[in-house]
Amino acid sequence: MMDIFDILVVGAGPAGLAAAVAAASSGKRVALIDENFHAGGQIWHSRTDSGNAEGSLHPSTQKYLQQVRDYAVTHIQGYRVFAQPMPNVLRAEGYRQTLDITYDRLILATGARERFLPFPGWTLPNVMGVGGLQNLVKSGLPLEDKRVVIAGSGPLLLAVAAYAKQHGAKVVGIFEQASMPQLAKFAVSILAHPAKVVQAAKYRMETLGVPYHSGCWPVEAFGRERVEFVRLTNGNKRWQIPCDYLACAFNFVPNHELASVLGCKIESGMEGNQVWVDEWQQTSVPNIYCAGEPTGIGGLELSLIEGEIAGFAAAEKPFHAKRLFAHRDKMRLFALRLQQSFRLRPELKNLVRNDTIFCRCEDVPFGAVKEHSSWRSAKLHTRCGMGPCQGRICGTAAEHLLEWKNFPIRPPVFPVRLSSLADTPSHTEADAS
Amino acid sequence: MPEMVQLTINGKLVQVQKGSTVAAALIFAEAPARTSTTQQAARSPLCGMGICFECRTIIDGEPHQRSCQILCKDGMDVRTQ
Repeated sequence: MMDIFDILVVGAGPAGLAAAVAAASSGKRVALIDENFHAGGQIWHSRTDSGNAEGSLHPSTQKYLQQVRDYAVTHIQGYRVFAQPMPNVLRAEGYRQTLDITYDRLILATGARERFLPFPGWTLPNVMGVGGLQNLVKSGLPLEDKRVVIAGSGPLLLAVAAYAKQHGAKVVGIFEQASMPQLAKFAVSILAHPAKVVQAAKYRMETLGVPYHSGCWPVEAFGRERVEFVRLTNGNKRWQIPCDYLACAFNFVPNHELASVLGCKIESGMEGNQVWVDEWQQTSVPNIYCAGEPTGIGGLELSLIEGEIAGFAAAEKPFHAKRLFAHRDKMRLFALRLQQSFRLRPELKNLVRNDTIFCRCEDVPFGAVKEHSSWRSAKLHTRCGMGPCQGRICGTAAEHLLEWKNFPIRPPVFPVRLSSLADTPSHTEADAS
Repeated sequence: MPEMVQLTINGKLVQVQKGSTVAAALIFAEAPARTSTTQQAARSPLCGMGICFECRTIIDGEPHQRSCQILCKDGMDVRTQ
């Protein structure tokens, strides 16, 4: 017998968990699906070596999962949604099976990813994302006595530096591209004593033995088999430092691809393309809602509130949803100020050289890509963006460097096994939760 | 002592903590996940969250496995793709 859920939530990070709990507490039949090892998303990512013991998950994840159970939400972990085989059905791929889930309303909470900007040497082994490094350490990568340079932009740099330090790394330095005055402006907008906030962050890092440099960015990474040195600049002079790992990423970008494939309107936001939603977190497709980072980068608290609003709105509890609007407005303003403070400097567009690999999947150099006037033309002629990441890395970079509007991706949203496309999937619940 | 698992990476025995992903094991063993399509350059994991596909590798004979989403198991055979 086929299960039809009133509400299906895609993504079990903060927004998705909040949405599922809000919807289920309103009496709806809810399913929650997520592609990772554990619920919690990237921000509440737990160590993969913690096994399946729930006690080892992030306390916030545990709190939400308790409610997920209390409200009898069908929780499907380890399945990645890749297509919509027919209206109101999503198909997901698990380790060795596929699954179809039928819904009446859908809430997308697909999170964000890091923005990578190409520079010479960025494809060398051991050059990775900032959250990327943290996830790899949570996945068992030992850091003891490794020299780590953390560069790029955003508050995550500080968090990951502290995390790496805790795990025995020698964090050589944090290099934040935003300038001190720009960062202080953010502090002004949230507190009465801005200088103190910036100083406090700097002080905190330095008590950990991690030098914090603002207004600096990487220009090149070198090494034979893997990264050995990174060359940095502050705009005037250049210097190089040895390292075992270079963690480098420039803020976050919304994961809007699934929404886009489902026909939701995409708009241009401060951090690139994002999913358009109305005040109810409803997308341009009437039975699809979207919450958290895909609607614009806003951080944890905004994701939780948007998730809750989407959950209540989809469950037809407008009064419950409306109560949260004022808080959401406040958090959106905070997010906007944060983005302004960590706005990327124009110099970062000039790091890439003609012979720098731009599309990592297909080995396409920047020189070949920039000859074209649009993403579509570059794709057709150079294969840029045609590899398995489907332009999630280079398309995002092209959006920033070349100011191209990215072309909507085509299903499957992620590359899948051929058998998954041909499969007759089992229908929800029974073998999943 | 944490529980360990033992696998081979490009024919070499490697021991990692139980619960490690293959991506973490590859970096630890200083083995590239794959070599790039035209330039034959070594590549290793970038995003750590299943988005970039740089960590795809051959696991037990099956290519294109996203190693950051797969846990190491005793006796696993991992090869640079």
